[in-house]
This record gives sequence, structure tokens and C-alpha cells, in this order.
Amino acid sequence: MSATGHEHGHEDHGHHHKETFVTKYIFSQDHKMIAKQYLITGVLIMGFIGIAMSLLFRMQLAWPGESFSVFEAFLGKWAPDGVMDADIYLGLVTMHGTIMVFFVLTAGLSGTFSNLLIPLQIGARDMASGFLNMLSFWMFFLSAVIMVISLFVEAGPAAAGWTIYPPLSALPMAQPGSGAGMTLWLVSMAIFIASSLLGSLNYIVTVLNLRTKGMSMTRLPLTIWAFFVTAVIGVISFPVLLSAALLLIMDRSFGTSFFLSDIFIQGEVLHYQGGSPVLFEHLFWFLGHPEVYIVILPAMGIVSEVMAVNARKPIFGYRAMIASILAIAFLSTIVWGHHMFISGMNPFLGSVFTFTTLLIAIPSAVKAFNWITTLWKGNLQLNPGMLFSIGMVSTFITGGLTGIILGDSTLDINVHDTYFVVAHFHLVMGISALYGLFAGVYHWFPKMFQGRMMNKNLGYVHFWITAIGSYGIFFPMHFVGMAGVPRRYYENTAFPMFDDLTNVQVLMTVFALITAAAQLVFAFNFIQSIFYGKKGSLNPWNATTLEWTAPQKHIHGNWPGAIPHVHRWAYDYSKTYENGEYILPGQDFVPQTVPLQDNEEELNH
Amino acid sequence: MTALLTLTVLVLVAIAIWQMAKIFELSQLKAENTGVATDKDNKYNGYLMFGFLFFIYGITIFSFVKYSKVLLPEASSEHGGGYDQLMWVSFAIIFFVQTITQFLLHYFAYKYRGEKGKKALFFADNDRLEFIWTIIPVIVLAGLILWGLYTWTNIMDINDEDDPLIVELYAQQFNWTARYGGEDNVLGDASVRLIDIDRANVLGLDEADPNSADDVIVKELHLPVGRKVNFMMRSQDVLHSAYMPHFRAQMNCVPGMITQFSFTPTITTEEMRLNPDVVDKVKRTNAIRAKWAAEGRPNSEPWEFDYVLICNKICGKSHYNMQMKIIVETEEEYNKWIAEQATFKEMIAPAE
Repeated sequence: MSATGHEHGHEDHGHHHKETFVTKYIFSQDHKMIAKQYLITGVLIMGFIGIAMSLLFRMQLAWPGESFSVFEAFLGKWAPDGVMDADIYLGLVTMHGTIMVFFVLTAGLSGTFSNLLIPLQIGARDMASGFLNMLSFWMFFLSAVIMVISLFVEAGPAAAGWTIYPPLSALPMAQPGSGAGMTLWLVSMAIFIASSLLGSLNYIVTVLNLRTKGMSMTRLPLTIWAFFVTAVIGVISFPVLLSAALLLIMDRSFGTSFFLSDIFIQGEVLHYQGGSPVLFEHLFWFLGHPEVYIVILPAMGIVSEVMAVNARKPIFGYRAMIASILAIAFLSTIVWGHHMFISGMNPFLGSVFTFTTLLIAIPSAVKAFNWITTLWKGNLQLNPGMLFSIGMVSTFITGGLTGIILGDSTLDINVHDTYFVVAHFHLVMGISALYGLFAGVYHWFPKMFQGRMMNKNLGYVHFWITAIGSYGIFFPMHFVGMAGVPRRYYENTAFPMFDDLTNVQVLMTVFALITAAAQLVFAFNFIQSIFYGKKGSLNPWNATTLEWTAPQKHIHGNWPGAIPHVHRWAYDYSKTYENGEYILPGQDFVPQTVPLQDNEEELNH
Repeated sequence: MTALLTLTVLVLVAIAIWQMAKIFELSQLKAENTGVATDKDNKYNGYLMFGFLFFIYGITIFSFVKYSKVLLPEASSEHGGGYDQLMWVSFAIIFFVQTITQFLLHYFAYKYRGEKGKKALFFADNDRLEFIWTIIPVIVLAGLILWGLYTWTNIMDINDEDDPLIVELYAQQFNWTARYGGEDNVLGDASVRLIDIDRANVLGLDEADPNSADDVIVKELHLPVGRKVNFMMRSQDVLHSAYMPHFRAQMNCVPGMITQFSFTPTITTEEMRLNPDVVDKVKRTNAIRAKWAAEGRPNSEPWEFDYVLICNKICGKSHYNMQMKIIVETEEEYNKWIAEQATFKEMIAPAE
């Protein structure tokens, strides 16, 4: 795995294919176009649907049983007289989880930025296989379409929770959503997994083989390290979910008993014998836990990069950052059992998983401290991307700390499946990953849209409302959980002991509505800037990485001439000679393409 | 009406944001909005970052002051005391770390906000610092892990010492049933394949098993105070979770297998009703419910505190209302109650 540059395309990129509308905008094999396709389908469209669903059920939670015309408009027969039905409540919760976790934060986040940045930051003409890349996007698109179609089936969408534990998800008699809706869910996810695997393999091969001359692994920007490791854990864990989905399909449709046993429902005994729902939980969380790192690692990579650029300082502890990404990736595959402490599995296993789970807090802590130190004595350029990066560290700490409670098998007993969990993972992986995503969009928007910049003032409005709103929603939620309120309850009115929590619910919902409205500001800014955004300079943030040396106008092959060579790591910000002068006079950064200067000390990072 | 109000609020908020952005933009026309932060932007956002620190502290204090009272009252089980203690120590650590790290993060964001011509410090590495903040979490977490595992092993060690009361918790969509071992304190064998609704054998007890004859099947869980209870849990259809928050107890009910949990209740329902926190909570809740009653809302009768068993694993449409009352009482009260219950043999219709 030497770092010698890949020579592909030096000579032959010059000849021009005839580009039609279809090959340029639809079945494009260009990584920049595919990145935009992921961003628009995964983040803007699916994100809109996912967040809108959360508003509907948050309203139901705050004002249970109240009639709303919005419910009637969107839910139709599921909201007779505007009152939400309990089945569709579960459907909304399930689909919100599925869409946000898989479609927005996995495909949307990784798909957008891995595709955009891997070739541009390592100095490659394109992905290793443009065709597989295109295939990967269109399979994702197909799975998204199927998932959206499942919202419209007669008996309602899948409603067994995004974890689709059988038997609830396996038996149409147990709930209407487990009929055609669940079938479509499984089909959609099977296609999604295939798409994700194609994408991940492509990212891995590209990072390993297509780095330009001089780009050793230890000179890679942390974004690339994060995307690379994310792809590796995706390849390791997604196939396990596929097997779980296939076995569940067989239990549902072909009468096998992998996950089912001894069931008596609606007056009759079913034939299933010998399976175990706990097996499904193991298979699901073998993906499910790495999955949350698949979501957060790219965000961490983006934050590390954006933060260093805007702090005008190298990221602190570059090697420690890589080591912690690797440690998190490794540990992420052996902690899945912490979702199952009270599932009925052997308590000894619970002990093992407590141990590994609390271990994972160590690399996470190292990362947080390194980010904070990166800010220390910086010259912070508080662009919207930077604000979201700082915000991400804040929510990651707040949300991550409560993981110490949930990862402890003893303490998990009483907060398991309560709102405490909901608050924890929304802060640590939902909000944090979204902040990473926003940081990336604000930062690399000029790279995606021919040098156009997003409006920074709208960006500031977007950030501050979102930052306050997110804490407003999820901070009080911890208390709701510790009061014992279970998640996935259609309403809490059946328990007088939860009556005095109603006003907390209202507070959280109001914050949710305001925060969601602020996302419209982002959507507006995004769309407007595509067409009317002011063109910035070639390297608007004065960054060192390679993508800013490529011309603003998109060309197939990224660089018109030869691929630039790399002579240093990606974080030479504010580097000086011993006499305190910048390496390049009058410029506080040294691009990776600049050779080592005379008398310049190359640090062994 | 509320819908209209909400929508109006939303629209107004959207307009307000739009106008704010417009004002921002107009005020900055001269400065030429390039999309890159200027010194002025850095200054304002730096101050806002510092302000945000106080927002985080503020919402923390606000939540504690306002919502501490909604938390669960003191634990009513023997292991619950240890649980609460570990919880509070963990929380103390969390809040200590949270306060410091959020301060550093936001203070640095404010203190080192950018200015033209300022030079950042090229500071890429420091092995000693990194060692320190690796080793500190290692030590703290090692302590928490050891303590947690010790407690966990004790809680999960389900054995027959001290003559535990054997109780089966039986879950189905959407209700709970409890079964006591009866005179012999042994549960008779059971399987969903033996369920015979017509003969009222709803739990599928094996009539051939002599242990099942004296089993007692009830819809309300009575537990004698101070006696260990071993719960055997079954489910007949989908996953459920038997969650008894006041006892810091929870275990999933899984079709096809028997799961177990064990605890010793330490406070009777009567005593708990006199607990100052509970008295306070009941008073507060009943004030809310009185208001609801005045509005003519259903389900607003005054409430009296009771322990509950609630379902905490999504199980279908009425998941949100799957509960069973738990009554912890003195040994004598319990004996009296159990003696009044019909045994399985008395309950079941004779075979034809």
C-alpha cells in the first residue's frame, strides 16, 4: 500500500464524452453529481419527510387526543375527525426512525460527503468504479421510493419500531402495520443494504488505491479517514442485517421459525416452534450498534476538518484522532449487547457488554478533548460551518455522557426503553450527526455548486435557532425518562403518575416546532444559493486540502491538467519558522501541494 | 382551534426569521456579503457562544429546579437503594465533566474568536496532555465498571435462597396476568399449546401436572413486604417488557422462553402513600386532574398512588395502556388475600 500516485487518466481524460442531459444529471457516473443526488434525495427530501413525521407525533404527545386539521390533512383516514389513531402513531414513530437513521444519516450523510470528498481530497479523477457508484445511488433511490410507497398501503406502514423486533413485525395479526407495510419495509431495506455495500466497497478501494503521489495514509485529511473506516464497518455489519431481514422475510412468508416460537394470538396457536426473538435482536444490533457509528464517524471527520480550517490551527493530536476512530470502529462491533441487557439473554453477557461499552467512552473522550484543544489559542473564523462544528462537540458531549448510564447494565434496568434513551441518542447521534452534516454543507457548498456560497446570515439564524431548540427539546426529555415514561406510547394519559409531565411534553413540542421551522431557513438558503448564491474565490476558506485546487466549474476528472502532487499533511495552518514568520509570506496556511520549504521543519505528526 | 393557533405561530415564526435575515442582509450591504465571516461576524458569534454557555447552564438548572420533583420517588426494593446510589454517583461525575467541558468549549470559542492579523498557535501535538486525558477516563470508567458489574451480578443472581415467593408474570396483547405457585409455591408446567379459552385455561396450564392444581391466577399483583419474589415471565404473542419503575426492576417477556427477575419489596403501598415526595406528587397531580374534571374531560378522577407494572416494549396498538396494579402489603394482609383467591382447579371448567 505505497503512497505512490495513481496515474490513471492523466492522458486519457482529455477526450470528451458526449454528455446528454440524461448522462449528466440522471445516470451520471461523476462522483460530484452523485454526491449532489444523494444530498437532494437523502437529506432534503427524505429529511423533510422524517422531520415532518416527528412533528406530527410530537403534537400528539403534547396534546393527546386533541383534534388537529394538520392530522386530518396528512393522515386522512388514520386521523378520523383530526384525532390521530394509535396505530398510525406507531407507524409514524417507526418510519421517522427508519428514515432518519438509514436514509438521512447513513445514505444522506455518507453518500454525499464520501462521494464528494474522497476523490477530491485524495487527488483522484473519480471513484474507483463510476458505474458501481451510479448503481449504488440508483439502488438507494429505488429503496427510498419503496419506503415512501409503503406509507400509502392500505393497512399502514411498518409500525413495530425502527428495530422491527419480531414477533410483532412478523405477524400481521399482531398489528396492521406488519402486513404489506412491513413487507415493503424489508424489501426496501434489502435494496438499501445492497446499495450501501456497493458504495462502501467503492469508497474503500478508492481510498486505498487512488491516492495521488505523496498522499500517504498519514497525510490524509481526517474526513477521509472517517469515511474510510465508516465504509469498513458498513461492509462488516450491514450484511448481518441483510441476513436478519431475509430470515424475517422467510418467517413471515414461508413458514420458517427462525425468530418465532410458542405463539398464541387471536384465539389460535400458531405452528411456529423453536425460534427465538432474542436471536433477531442479536442480529439486528450486530448491525444496529455499528450503525450509530456509521452515522457519527463521518460527522466527526467533517467536524475535525472544518474546525481545523476555521480555527486556523492544525487539528490537535492528528494521530490520536486516527487511533480513536480505529478504536471506536473496532469496539463498535463488540458492544451490541448493551441494547439487550434486559432482553432475557444471559446476565453474564450483560457484564461483558458493559465492559466493552464503557471502554468505548475512552476514545470518544479523547476526541472531545482534542477538539476543545484545537480551539485553544486559535484564530477562530466563526463561519456557519464552524458554528455547527462547535455545536456538534457540545451536543456530542452532552449526549455522550448519559451513555455512561445506559451502557451500565445495572443502571440500564430502570431507564431502558424510556425517554431517557430517546434523549440520549437524539443528542449524541441524531443532532450531532445533523450538525456534522450542516457543517459539511455550509463548508463544501461552493465545491458542490460551482463556487457559489451559501448566505452566511441565514446560516447564523439557522444555527442559533437550531442550537437552542435542540437543547430545548432533548434536555428536559431526560427528566421525562427518569420519571419512568416509556417510549413509543401513543399517549401517557393511562397513567396518572405521568400527568404532571404534560407541561414538559408541551415545552418539548413547542421547541420541536420552532427548530423544525428553522430548517426551512436552511432549505430556502440552500435552494436559493444554488441559483443566486454569490460566487466566492477558488479557495474561500483558505484551506490546505486538495479539493480547493480543483476549478470551480465541474469537469469530469476534477483537474484539467495533471493531478496535483502532495508534499505535506493537511493541517499546516499558521505554521511558522522559528523566527515567527509564516512559512509562506502573508499567508497563514500552506496547501498540501506546496513542497517543503528550505529550513522548514517537517513535523512528525 | 389549537391547530390553527399552532400553524399561525409557525407562520409568524417563519416570517420573523425571514425578516430578521432581511434586516441582517440590508444592514450589511456596504460590507459586501461574501459568505465568509468578517471580524464583525466573529465578534457577534463569539459573544453568542459565550451566551450559549449560560443557556446550557440555565436550562440545566431550570430543568433541575422545575422537574426534579417529577422523578421517581425513593426505591421500594432492596436492591433499589444501591441502584439509586450508583445512579447519583454517575450523575455527579457526568455533571462535573459536562460543566467543565462545555465551559472550555464555549469559552474558547468566545475568547479566541478571529480577528484580522491575529496569529493562531501552531500546536499539533502534546503527548503528555493526551496521556492525561486518556488515563483519567480510564480510571474513572474502571471504577464505574467494577461497581456497576458488582451490583449487576448481585441483582441478576436469581436463586432459591431465603424462600422466595414464586410468581409468574404472563403478558399478552394488551394485559398482564399473574400466577402464584399456591400452597406448594411451585408453578405448574404451562405451554401456549394447552390454552383452552372455553374452559378458562387462559394461561395454558398443564392439568396433568400436580403442581398446577393449587396455582392462583389473578389480575392484580399482591406482594408481601420484605419477602424476596422471583418472577418467571412469559409472553404468549409478541415481546413485552415487565417494567416496575418504583422497584427499579425490568425484564422483557419473550415468547418461547421464560425470563426471570427477582427483588425484595421493602415499602408497602400504604407506607409509600405517606412518603412526602409521593404525597406532594399526588397533590400536584390531583390539582391538574381537578382542572381537567372542571373542563369535563374524561379520565380525570382524583388519583391515589399505587405501584404499577407497565409494558415497556412496543407491542401494538394499545401498548400505551398495558398495565397491572401492584399492591405491596404486610405478610398477614397478603396471606389473607391469597387465601380468598380461587385456585386453578376451582377456576377451570370440568372437561366434558
